[in-house]
Amino acid sequence: MRYNALKILTEGLTGNRGWRPAWRTPEPKPEYDVVIIGGGGHGLSTAYYLAKEHGLQNIAVLEKSRLGLGNVGRNTTIVRANYFLPGNSEFYSMSLKLWEGLSADLNYNVMHSQRGLINLFHSDGQRDAFARRGNAMINQGDDAVLLGREGVRKMLPYLDFEQGRFPIYGGLYHPRGGTARHDAVAWGYARGADARGVDLVQNCEVTGIDVEAGRVTGVQTTRGAIRARKVAIVTAGRSGQVAAMAGLRLPIESHVLQAFVTEGLKPVIDHVISFGMGHFYISQSDKGGLVFGGDLDFYPSYAQRGNLPMAEHVMEAGMTLMPMIGKARLLRSWGGIMDMTPDGSPIIDKSPVDGLYLDCGWCYGGFKAVPGSGFALAHLIAQDRPHPDAAGFRLDRFRTGHGLMDEEGTGAQHNLH
Amino acid sequence: MRLPCPLCGPRDSREFTPIGGAELLTRPAPEAGEAAWDDYLHNRANACGPSRELWYHGAGCASWLVVERNTATHDVLGVTLAREAAR
Repeated sequence: MRYNALKILTEGLTGNRGWRPAWRTPEPKPEYDVVIIGGGGHGLSTAYYLAKEHGLQNIAVLEKSRLGLGNVGRNTTIVRANYFLPGNSEFYSMSLKLWEGLSADLNYNVMHSQRGLINLFHSDGQRDAFARRGNAMINQGDDAVLLGREGVRKMLPYLDFEQGRFPIYGGLYHPRGGTARHDAVAWGYARGADARGVDLVQNCEVTGIDVEAGRVTGVQTTRGAIRARKVAIVTAGRSGQVAAMAGLRLPIESHVLQAFVTEGLKPVIDHVISFGMGHFYISQSDKGGLVFGGDLDFYPSYAQRGNLPMAEHVMEAGMTLMPMIGKARLLRSWGGIMDMTPDGSPIIDKSPVDGLYLDCGWCYGGFKAVPGSGFALAHLIAQDRPHPDAAGFRLDRFRTGHGLMDEEGTGAQHNLH
Repeated sequence: MRLPCPLCGPRDSREFTPIGGAELLTRPAPEAGEAAWDDYLHNRANACGPSRELWYHGAGCASWLVVERNTATHDVLGVTLAREAAR
């Protein structure tokens, strides 16, 4: 079923009785060419591009609960391409270009809103760093504008320009940055993959990975054994546990990142804003809630909820930056499981087991990468060589020390990102 | 989250800094080779459930602690001094 305005109108006039489920609920077949473990954003986009770009027919996505209930539905929905280091820069640039055509490609409104993103800076050193980052973004072919204090004041008059502890010197404006509707991204990719013949198998938890003579041969699941020529692990915070089924240890620690949303308000924050002197970033959802978040809690966790110290820190940073939000009432807070690598950059690579592929280590930046990650992993699976824009995301970079992508410059070591 | 420090008693988690898994206490020999050191420095068991971690009580007694904690529920199962755990 293709969605269009006429269909919405006629369904609205006839009691919405004509809508059908957007994807099938198939039984798992005994054998597939490609099995993707994980029905989140990255897994679904991988399946979609495998079918669309590479013409593969016999693909399954195995999801232990329901599609899109993990991090793709738990993030703060920010989409941007403001990376600095080679390796990251071209990848996120590619991903943003996919975002820009995504709604039309999927025939599904992912509500990609390029409302502009502003990273504030508060010192001469930070200004220099952001000027350099902006130049790197422009060299990559993306957009960046260095704003001074008055330029920021014009766009964001409600910030606290008077407080002296963290004076606002300016901001790096990324006009093509913005947000998208996170659930719609998962649903759109699911529907598109299903329409191209991908079996989306829900409530099917992988309990084992079969390896014979160094080559993957299939998976064991709660719904029986499934043979497969190629298997991809796309399970974000659970990557370590799933990889352990194939005898692998990954350079990943799973941490909790909290996010918060207020009650719905009238339009007040038109952009995505990040505070340079404390971890805090904020945007306003189309429903009106202020969506914001901060840094990791910094202890390993799978609980999908955090603790009070980081919640307090985020609130303090928000009040420092824009005191006007102080009267908004907080509606909800939640946590996601972040797959943290030592350098804070992801992994899209073959594993030491033949036919077993890894897509993990997205840290706290996986949402904007959903199209690019699926596109690059599909390329790797179908052609057995990395997509040029994701060739830097190697598993062995920590062992060799070559090509580390420490975007924050804090050191390529666990617990620093 | 509160951690029962063996020297200071139960204290707010704000006083502590987690550093990583307690497997960091078992450092490979200098000549153990590249693979052993790569595994020690980068790879993690990353357990979901009971897990042993190293925490530093920076705002308290400045001790290194081994904290047994359930990473799926945040329950703290026990805390010992790292110097005793390392023996």
